[in-house]
Amino acid sequence: MCPPDFYGIEYEINPWMDLRRPADPARARAQWRALYEVLTKTLGVRVELLSPVKGLPDLVFTANAGLVVPGRFIASRFLHPERQKEQPTYDAWFRARGYAIETLPEGTCFEGEGDALWLGETLFAGYRIRSDIGSHQAVAAMLGCEVLSLELVDPRFYHLDTCFCPLDDRRALYYPPAFDDYGRRVIREFVPEPIAVADVDALRFACNAVVVGRDIVVQSGCAALEKTLRDQGFTPHPVDLSEFHKAGGSAKCLTLWVPPPPRSTSRRSVGAP
Amino acid sequence: MVSETVELRGHIIDSLILPKVLDEIMTLGGTFEILHLTVGQRREDASRAEVRVTAPDAQRLDAILGRIGQHGAVPLAGDEARLVPADVDGVFPDGFYCSSHFETWIKRHGQWVAVERPEMDCGIRFDPATGRASTVPMHRVRRGDRIVVGHAGVKVAPIDRSPERNVFEFMASNVSSEKPKAVVIREMAAHIKTARAAGGKVLVVAGPAVIHTGAGGHLERVIAAGYVQVLFAGNALAAHDIEQAFYGTSLGMSLEAGMPVDEGHEHHLRAINTIRRAGGIRQAVEQGILKRGIMHACVVHGVDYVLAGSIRDDGPLPDVITDMVTAQDAMREKIRGVTVGIMIASTLHSIATGNILPASVKLICVDINPAVVTKLADRGSFQAMGLVTDVEPFLRALAEHLVPVNGR
Repeated sequence: MCPPDFYGIEYEINPWMDLRRPADPARARAQWRALYEVLTKTLGVRVELLSPVKGLPDLVFTANAGLVVPGRFIASRFLHPERQKEQPTYDAWFRARGYAIETLPEGTCFEGEGDALWLGETLFAGYRIRSDIGSHQAVAAMLGCEVLSLELVDPRFYHLDTCFCPLDDRRALYYPPAFDDYGRRVIREFVPEPIAVADVDALRFACNAVVVGRDIVVQSGCAALEKTLRDQGFTPHPVDLSEFHKAGGSAKCLTLWVPPPPRSTSRRSVGAP
Repeated sequence: MVSETVELRGHIIDSLILPKVLDEIMTLGGTFEILHLTVGQRREDASRAEVRVTAPDAQRLDAILGRIGQHGAVPLAGDEARLVPADVDGVFPDGFYCSSHFETWIKRHGQWVAVERPEMDCGIRFDPATGRASTVPMHRVRRGDRIVVGHAGVKVAPIDRSPERNVFEFMASNVSSEKPKAVVIREMAAHIKTARAAGGKVLVVAGPAVIHTGAGGHLERVIAAGYVQVLFAGNALAAHDIEQAFYGTSLGMSLEAGMPVDEGHEHHLRAINTIRRAGGIRQAVEQGILKRGIMHACVVHGVDYVLAGSIRDDGPLPDVITDMVTAQDAMREKIRGVTVGIMIASTLHSIATGNILPASVKLICVDINPAVVTKLADRGSFQAMGLVTDVEPFLRALAEHLVPVNGR
């Protein structure tokens, strides 16, 4: 995670961002702190921090840094120049920790875990708004895994992690209107038990949740979803991250899952997305 | 119609990307053909599809390519054309690219090179020394020739359907004897005039029925007026034309009286013999032996003609090429610059001509037999029109439009 010291709305690169609706720095810091404490204290997750950099307001959304597999960091290639400036910071952090930095072919766009989420051994990947499908082919070749490409059709749900959230090997939250017919069919075909999220919850970034085993850290106020999660045997941990919604992100966007350094037996052992 | 071949890679089956791309193509008004599909064997294996996308015009093709490009469909045109040297004279390398009669380009060193002399059912030869590409018929390929193999780096631009509703489009719809012939022939004449005015050559392929039906004079008139630059025919048309010039008969029938004349069946043999003695048609004209008729008009007015023989020929005339492959090559040489082809009452010579003409040449096919017209008109392009009618009234009407008598 990256503390929100320099977080703010400084440009508009998605429908949520509005320069006339700035983030409240104090509230943002408090909300981020609450998320950090639920993860570290309540759930016992080990969180490593990235030093914030002035002029990089979206560095807090570390999910977009890249895709991490044991020992390897597949660096993102951001679509927008505003965020391309973040990449050297992420690369440096992983290089300093001994990761092999792998880059995608020039001319492709890929925004890391924002658009690439594991369900079991299959990588579900979003494209067309931020990442492009060419990057999926490259990632599939690098990792030797199946990558299921899902077209995102609603600009408000510009990253896959805003409308799709694997909970375990069988279940995933998803917001059907964010996908086209083909995408919905792929989800229903390859996710054994897909759980549709209602409009009101989806628009509160319900799908942008952090999964830690059976515990789900999710935006507060998603009443219907919290009930569904409990019915399914999960424990919801509501956190208000409304200041980050102004930039189009919530809990998941604020975290990047880093698998334990030695070979992990299961990608889901820690459970974070 | 224009087309482009695209490639899709990845988990395109499970992701439903392939069906999505195909649906998008159709939704946007295009059509597709899957040229190759390799499906990954294991779950993690990627699949690959090669799809030819065709659209009614370049603008719509661009729209389709733009849209499906977002789903990862990349034009194969990015690849270079693959060249393989021929290892045997007269034999293409395996997998050779089989040409169409449409305008074609191949990509070499990042540049699109136009293929000269578009012709269907040929290979494409690239000459590294000159950097030029041209079609090459199978029998002309020589060991070491660089021949294009596969579809990569080959671009084909089928002829655009003209936005204006012209007679070619109208007529291409079907072949029927129930057509407003006067209107159609008037438009054909207009096309011939337009082609001539633009500097294009007009090619006539004619069978002996032109003479038998007494239409030789009409064609002669059209030739004399400068509307024909190239004539393809067989031994029979020339022989009966010359028979008529010498004896006034065609296959022994008096064209004046419509009756057989005594010993008339020998006339065409005697005519052929006379020309053989003179050394050829041109020589007979120069010696003042042959004084009228279609072949006379061709010699006098500088029309290039190729007479290609067949198995049942009498004589034949010295001008007739009896080696079929040589005849094809001679025809190939003469079609350069031709923009309109008129095929009249001829089946085999017309088909042979249709095979070597590029799609850009407009074809007019006239025959009394609907089956022949259908076969000739159906060349997979919008450039052929057919008319089922007797050739005499057709040529009479055409000549009347092109070369009015009495200053009408």
